[in-house]
Parts: sequence; structure tokens; C-alpha cells
Amino acid sequence: MSGTDDSVTDGSTPTEEPIEDDSMPAEDVPTEDGSPSAVTEESDGDADAPTDAETPDRTVHAPEDAGVSVDSTPLEVEGLRRTFGGIVAVDDVSFDVERGTLTGLIGPNGAGKSTTFNLITGMLEPDAGTVRFNGEEITGYQPHEIANRGLVRTFQIARELEEMTVLENMMLAPKGQAGESLWRSVLPVTRGDVRKQETDQLERVWEVLDFFEIDHLADEYAGNLSGGQRKLLELARALLTDPDVLLLDEPFAGVNPTLEKRLLEHIHELRDRGYTFLIVEHDMDLIMNNCERVIVMHQGRILKDGTPAEIKESEEVIEAYLGGEV
Amino acid sequence: MSISETYVRYRRTLSEEPLAIGVVLVALWMAWSLASGLATGGIRISSLASLVWDGLLRGLIIGLAGIGLSMTYSILNFANFAHGDYLTSGAFAGMATSYLVAGIGENSVGALLLVGAGGSVFGGALGIGVTTSPAAVVLGALVAGGLTIALALFIDRFVYKPIRDESGIALLITSIGVAFALRYLIQFVFGAGVRGTTASGSVPRVDVPAFDGTFRVTAHDVTLILVAAGLMLGVHLLLQRTKLGKAMRAMSDNEDLARITGIPTERVIRTTWIVGAGLTGVAGYMFVLWKGTLGFNDGWLLLLLVFAAVILGGIGSIYGAIGGGIVIGLTASVSVIWIPSEFGRAAAFMVMIVILLFKPEGIFSGRTTA
Amino acid sequence: MSVDDVRGRLDGLFERDVTLVLAVLGAIYLAYVLAGVAFGYGLRGQLNSIANLTFYIGAFGMLALALNLHWGYTGLFNIGIVGFMGIGVYVTALVSKPPVAEGGAAQVGGLGLPLVVGVVAGVAVAALFGLLVALPALRLRADYLAIVTVAFSEIVRFTMMSRTFQEATVPDTIDLTVAGVRLFSFDPAADTIGLGGGGGLILNYTDPLEALLRLLFLWEPYLGFVAFVERNFIPNNPKPVIDGVVYGIVLLVCVGLFYLLLSRTGKSPFGRVLKAIREDEDVANALGKDTDRFKLTAFVLGAALMGLGGILWYSGRGSITPPSFRPNITFFVWIALIIGGAGSNTGSFLGGAIFAGVLYEGPRYVKNLVEAAFELGDAPRNFGEAVAPLASLDPVPFLVYTLDSVSQLRLVIMGVVLIWLMHNRPEGLLGHRKETASSVDLSRPGDDGSSGNPAAADGGETR
Repeated sequence: MSGTDDSVTDGSTPTEEPIEDDSMPAEDVPTEDGSPSAVTEESDGDADAPTDAETPDRTVHAPEDAGVSVDSTPLEVEGLRRTFGGIVAVDDVSFDVERGTLTGLIGPNGAGKSTTFNLITGMLEPDAGTVRFNGEEITGYQPHEIANRGLVRTFQIARELEEMTVLENMMLAPKGQAGESLWRSVLPVTRGDVRKQETDQLERVWEVLDFFEIDHLADEYAGNLSGGQRKLLELARALLTDPDVLLLDEPFAGVNPTLEKRLLEHIHELRDRGYTFLIVEHDMDLIMNNCERVIVMHQGRILKDGTPAEIKESEEVIEAYLGGEV
Repeated sequence: MSISETYVRYRRTLSEEPLAIGVVLVALWMAWSLASGLATGGIRISSLASLVWDGLLRGLIIGLAGIGLSMTYSILNFANFAHGDYLTSGAFAGMATSYLVAGIGENSVGALLLVGAGGSVFGGALGIGVTTSPAAVVLGALVAGGLTIALALFIDRFVYKPIRDESGIALLITSIGVAFALRYLIQFVFGAGVRGTTASGSVPRVDVPAFDGTFRVTAHDVTLILVAAGLMLGVHLLLQRTKLGKAMRAMSDNEDLARITGIPTERVIRTTWIVGAGLTGVAGYMFVLWKGTLGFNDGWLLLLLVFAAVILGGIGSIYGAIGGGIVIGLTASVSVIWIPSEFGRAAAFMVMIVILLFKPEGIFSGRTTA
Repeated sequence: MSVDDVRGRLDGLFERDVTLVLAVLGAIYLAYVLAGVAFGYGLRGQLNSIANLTFYIGAFGMLALALNLHWGYTGLFNIGIVGFMGIGVYVTALVSKPPVAEGGAAQVGGLGLPLVVGVVAGVAVAALFGLLVALPALRLRADYLAIVTVAFSEIVRFTMMSRTFQEATVPDTIDLTVAGVRLFSFDPAADTIGLGGGGGLILNYTDPLEALLRLLFLWEPYLGFVAFVERNFIPNNPKPVIDGVVYGIVLLVCVGLFYLLLSRTGKSPFGRVLKAIREDEDVANALGKDTDRFKLTAFVLGAALMGLGGILWYSGRGSITPPSFRPNITFFVWIALIIGGAGSNTGSFLGGAIFAGVLYEGPRYVKNLVEAAFELGDAPRNFGEAVAPLASLDPVPFLVYTLDSVSQLRLVIMGVVLIWLMHNRPEGLLGHRKETASSVDLSRPGDDGSSGNPAAADGGETR
């Protein structure tokens, strides 16, 4: 529906190739925890077969996809649109996110960033448009179905499970827990397996707690954590789901500078290990300094999509959004 | 893209359609069975008219009672499970007054004030009725409203105000405690018996012709309609024309915003209780005047229907409450054409449940008071 | 906080729970025994009193535990408890009542199947109705769910009272004939079946205790024990008393089983997801949990347990009538849960026990105690006669009337207690406690406790 817009935004992709190449080797380095790339391949394999059967249009686009190599752009959004009672919150939003990158999504309040997030992650259903994840169309899927495919989000206001301890929060996250079946958890015959799996999972949980340096808070109620600690916990928790792509909704809001620096280091380290990030953020400098690619939204539409340098030079962005700030 | 759109729609319909189809089928069946019943004479038009009339009046009671509930639900943000017992309180306060006015001098004051607890005085003997003792009825209605206001303000001050900032659920649970305490205090004082309150034999009545027969309209029916219409108009004017009404509407839309913009929230809350409880008390009194009996459980038994009406109409909307009340009242009465009469109330609940599932914001929609 | 502390506390938890439960139960029982002494009860009287108390402790304990799964764990605001209880016991009655006997013309018959089958059917149908309610209703916000569930329980009660379902005649043979070929023929034992309408149902099946003991091959030994008691302690038909006590013990064992089941449910990944749903369903969903499935499972399990609770409460009662299934019982269970503390299984049971012992049965004992202590005469017939003498400074009639109305006033007391709790201690007795939702100890694996050190506070050195 928006061929011209797409080609404009796509025009910036070649300039990013070097960046992507930089990050590609990092992805091949075996990671100590659960290697996201391996997960991707798995879920890809799983996902493709049913997709073909379910959505006929999949086959139509297949050759194209094969040419581009599905893996290099795990998240593709096309023509996303959503209205709320006549007000267009998100209009014809198309972009894709390259593997192993930090992509920033910025825009003034009400630009439609959070709505876009909600549309991608299934919290809201789009009126039009498609979301593809690792080649599979996930438009209109339930949030948990999307999360289980490896596209995991965090929330703008850190939504901790307040009356659960940090450890419980963390233990909740891993996928495929046998004990999530009531009968397996209750029946004496199977409870042993549940306990064993939990014990295994616990090691990973402590590793991640250590990685984020919040292990000393393990037994605290999440509700007792500071704003910044909650953000760390939320990222840590999201990580435990073995995500492929992480969508972070304002991860730095309300975080003090020291913690912000730490959070950024963590994100960079994770990026280097092969995780892909899409970050919604208010803080312009932060995005400009840390992201390989920036998407600017304004009034529900994509204004500009490019490298930080390109964004800074873009007349329209400066006019429409940056204005006096830069 | 169009394919994906279809897909999204497909997923949506998959989850919602079966019930919707079921509802449509049930509606079709009902229409057919009514039409054939009328055609073959299995259902008489006059009895249908009589059911509709009864449903309408019940609906007005429910609607009147619902306005108060709807207002507190939207402004204080909790479902007040004690609301039914406010109705009962109003009914007892009003009836005690009516008894006193009608029977003073000939009976002991205590027996009159206790609304003839234990069979000491009978409403019929006192000639309670809008034509036989108009002063007693008018005063009864006024006292019913006034005392219910006092009660609601007292309870708010000592029960709800200290936990104003808690969640709606905490307040809801607390209101269950209030309901228990209130209901059984009433039983403690007034006794458990259900008493007749009006001289039902001497209430004037007219048999209105309706094609193949007649249906009955009593003076109390007419009184109820007049009172309900008057009060609804009053509330409408209050909410639309006064500054306070605007503040109330603002608060029901967004409490925090209202507070920031300097609306005196506590005063608005107090007004809400005053208006809501006043209407509730009068509704309770009209209820027992109309049906002619009074028991400590009356309000509680009505409460779920009132909830149904409020939800149906959209929480916070007074027109919705009235409209919802009439729909619920009609459902409970007229449904006996299709189902056994024991299930009239069940049918009303089913209507509420269906509305909650398909249009939880209510059919008259809108989160605005008035 | 060091890991040592954590482990110590975890170790202590079990002991503390047992001591706490024993202390509370001990205090309640002691009070009842002392009251019995004051009444001058003999052994029979004491046992009767104890049996009665135990019955209600068991009943409320079970129901509070089941509700805790709904509300405490999953945050599902179910105020239709009594509906599931009623379904459970009515279905049990339908299945297990004998086909109508010759003499009982007014009575409705049943299918005449063994009581075990009836109980299983009752629980299954309660679960089924749980599913029926949950499927559409679980997406509703808490207050709407509350209204829907209480409406559901009222619909159940209307159905019980309904003349339409009062009695139906069962055909002598049920044939399924398709195209002239008889595929299936069945001769049901029942002649009439139904819900009995406003008159309710007489539960004229095998006594549940007998059925249970026979099932366990304990019936003969039990009769021997009764005979032994009759010879040595309680002459003159001790069986009803012993039945009562033993049934109470059976209920307590059931509470134990409920507790075991529900604490396993809670302390597992399943329970963890339920807790997450209670805290923030969107988050659980965003972490890949199919929250609808979890809510559905939890609701159905809770409904089944409520059905079983209803069966255990009413099936030994001789008869059931619709007025027993008014919403009041639902609110009783809620008060019990809030006393004990939503979220804690131990708390739920304690809440049930305290509610049963103090609020539900207590006032009646106080009344009896006062009446035993003073010669009070007849109570005034109504409030007016009770207050009138106050004018002449004679409070006795008022006090007597108050005592006489204790069965209503205890509901006032319950209401006030509920309000007080919501003001002062909404978390109840144990709701504040950390009961970690996990099947294993979550402290750092391989940690011998010595390295649980303050240095961990500045993080990372273990990496």
C-alpha cells in the first residue's frame, strides 16, 4: 500500500551494511548462555512449516524472503495502522530491524511509539499491516505466542510483579517449563522432573542475576526495588525467556546516570553476543550515541529512518521534531 | 496486506462469533415463539401488556436505585455491595415514618416505629396508601431519602474515607462487610418477618383495556412513575446545570486530573453520596410502597438486578442506569412468556452477563455521569 | 540478608507453620472444652461439641483453601462459591439417591449408584460448571467477574428451587433407534429424578461415613470400636456421637489433602504463573505465558474443590434445601480467607479455623454460657419490648433480646470484623508472608552458605 514510502526508508539500509557486518561475527561467537542464534534457527525451522500451511500469502513472498536471507532481518513491520475512535495513532508504519543491532525508535510524545510496540507484540491488534518475525507472519497473534517465538518486550513503566521476589520474577521467565502444567507439578511421579528442571534453571537465573549485578536483591520483593533496579530486573527477566529480539520501551526512564551507564553496558554486551534490540527512548543523545540505526516517528508516521548521522542531518526531522533541541 | 487483515478479522470473529450467533438465534426463536403465540391466541395481548407494564414499573424502581449505585461506582470507583441494604434502610425508615404519621394516637409509638415488628401493627389496618394517607406517604418518602443520606454519609466517614486510596477491590470487600452489618442490624431491630405495608385493597385501580382483555394500573403504579420521572429530571438538571454537576462528571472521567485542576474531590464525593443515597432511599421506599411488602432482605435481593441495570447502561451514566433498569425490569417480567416464571431474574442476570461479555462498557456507553 | 538466614528461615517455616496451626487449633479447642465444662457437659456432650466444631473448622478450612487458589494466587474474584458447592452436593444426591421407594411418594428418586460415583460425579460437574463460567468470564475485570459469579450462584439456586426441575419421570427404557435399528437400549433404575424444588432433597443414601469406611474396609473395625466405647465410656447408643467426631476427623484429613494439593500447586512453576497473573497479567503474557489457560485451569480446579467442599459439608446432613445455598456462605468463606491472609495456604486454613471457631460457632457458645450462668427468663418478642424497659433503666430485657438474636448479630459482628480487617490488616494473619512459588529452594545453587556475604551487595565478583 505504500511502495514509495517503503523505498524511501529502505534506501538507508545499504549504508548500514558495515555496521551489520561488524556485529555479525559477534553473533557467531558461542555465547555462554543459551546462544540466541541457535534458538533462532530452531524457531525458524519450526515456524516456517506451519506458516506455509496457515497463511497462503507466505508462499507468494517466499522467493523474495529467501533472497534477502530471512535471518538478517528478524523483525519486519509493514504498513502498520491503528486508530482509536477515529484518531489515527499509528499510520502506515513500515520498518525492519537488522540482526545484532541496536535500533532506536524515537519521537515526541504521542508519536505512536508505544502503540507501535503494542501492535508488534500483540497487545493491540492492528487495523491494517503486517508484522513478520523471522519470516513468519505474526500479525494478530496473542502476546504470549509472540513472546514464545522469541520477540520479547519490556514495559515503559517497569511492571514488576511486585509481591513476588526478584527470584520468583526471574524463575517465571524461562520458556518450556514442564512444571507449568498443573498435573506435572502436583503428581508425585512427575514432580521430581519438575524439581530437576527448576534446579537447572536456577543456575541460569543466578548467572543472569550476577550479570546484571542484582544478585544481592534476589530475595527482595520486586515492589521494594528502586526504579532503576526494576529496569535491570525487567531486562534480566526478559533475557531469561531466551529472546531473539528484545523490544525495550523506554528502558532508561527514571534510571539514575550510574545505573543508566551500567544498563547501557549490559545492552551493548548483549548486542555483541548476538541479541537484537529495538529501543523506544525519549533521550535523543542516548539513542544517537548508542544505536546503529534510528527510526523517527511523528504523529503516527515514520518521518525518517537512517543512521544517527543521517537523522541529525535530516531537514524534516530537525523541523518537525528536533527543532530547538539540537 | 488485505490477506493479513482478513486473517486478523478471522481470528477476532472466531473468538466472538459463536456466542453472537447463539444470541441471534435465541432472539429469533423468541420473536417467532411470541409471534406464533399471539397469532394462535396462546399468548393474550392483554397479559402481554400486563407483563410489560409490570416490567416497566420494576424497571423504574431498579433504575432509580441504580442511579445512586452508578454514581458511586464511577466517582468512588468501586462496586458498593452495601447498596442494596441502603435501599432496605430507606424502605424501613420511610415506612416507619408512614406508620407513625398514619397510626399515631391509636397505636403504640414503638410498634409503629418498628414497622409493626412481630405483627404488632399492620400497614393495611393503618390504611397506608397514596390516596388513603397521602401525608404519610410523602413524609415517608422524604424521611427515607433523608435518613439514607445520613446513613451513607456516616458510613462513608467511618468506613470508606479511611481507605479512600485503596483499590476498588479492597473497597468492594469492605462494602460486603458493611452490607452484612447493616442488613442484620436491620433484622435485629425490625425482626425477620416480611410484613404487608399497604392497604392494598383500597388502592384505587383502573383496568385499562388492551384488545382482548384488560391490564391493571394502580394509583401506586402512577405514583411510582411520577416520582421516578421527577427525580430523574432533578438529577439531570443537577448534573447538567450546576457547577457541582460538572465537577462530578469531571471526576468520574478522571479523578487525578480533577484533583489537579482544583476540583474539591472530597466535597464532590460527599455530594455524590448525598444525591446517590437520597435517590436510593426514596427508591427503596417506593419499592415497598409499590409491592406492598417489606422485609429485611428486600434490598439485597434487588441488588443484583440493580447491578445488572447499571452495567447494562454503562457505569456512571444516569440515563444508562434508568434505561438499563427498564431493560432489566422488562426482561425479568416479560421473559415468563418464554421460560418458566422462576427464571425471570435468572434471565435478567443472563442479559447482564451477555452484555458484560460483548459490550462491557454498557449499551448506553460512555463513562460520563449524565 | 545472608543466605544462611534464608535457609534458616526456610527450614523454620515448616516448624513454625505446624506450631502456629497447633497453637491456634489448641486455643480454640481448649476454649470449647472449657465452655463444655462450664455447661456441665459429660463426655457425650463434650464430644458432640468437639465434633461440631471440628466439622466447621474442616468445612471452612477446605473452602478457604479452595478460594485461596482463586483469589490469593490467581486474583480471580469469585463470589459464586456457594453455587459450586450446591452443584457438587446436588449432583451427588441425584446420582446416589436410591430410586424412589414405595413409601416415599412425595420424594424424588435418584440413579441409585454408589456414593463414590456420586461424589466423583458431583466434583466433575462442579468442575464442568467452573469451566462454563470461566470460559467467557475470565477476561472480565475483577469487579465484573465478582458480579457474574454471584449471579451465577443465584441462577444455580433459582434452578434448585424451580418447579420446572422439581421432578421428572424417567422412562422405563431409553432406546436409541436410528432408521428402524435399535442401537442402544438402557433400562434405568430410576423412575423419577429431579432437584426437589423448594422442598429440597432427602439424602436417603448410605451414610457417607459408612460408605467411606466400607470403601477402606474399616467398617467392621469401626463398629467394634463403637461397641468398645459403648461398653466402657458412653453407654446408651454412642454411635451418633462417635460418627460425628470421626466425620470431623475425616474432614480434617480432607483439609490436609487440600493443603497438600494446593501447596504443591502453589509451590511450582504453575503456581508462579498464577501469582504473576495476580500481579500483572500483561507481564505474564508478555513473558510468553498463555495466561488464559492458566486462569482456566486454576478456576476449574478451584471450582472442583469447592464442589467437593460442598459435598463434604452437606452430604451427611440428611437433607438439602435451596435456602442453604444463599450467597451468605460465599461471604463467610471470604471472611475466613481474609482473616487468614489471601495468598497463604496455611493462612487460609487458619482463617477457616478461626472463622469457624470464633465468628461462626463462637457467639452461640457465648450465648449458652451466659444463659447457663444467669437465670434470664424468656426473651422479649421484639426490639420494641426489648428497649422499652431501658427507659426505666432496666437493661435486662435488652440484653436478653440481644443474646436471643445472637444468630443475626454474629453476622453483624462478621461484617464489622471484615471492615476492621480491611482497615487495619488487609493482609490478614499470614498474607504478608513470602511463600516462594517454586518447587525447589531458590537460594544460590552450590552455595554452602559461607559465601553468602555482604560483598555480594556490590555485585559481580562472582562472575
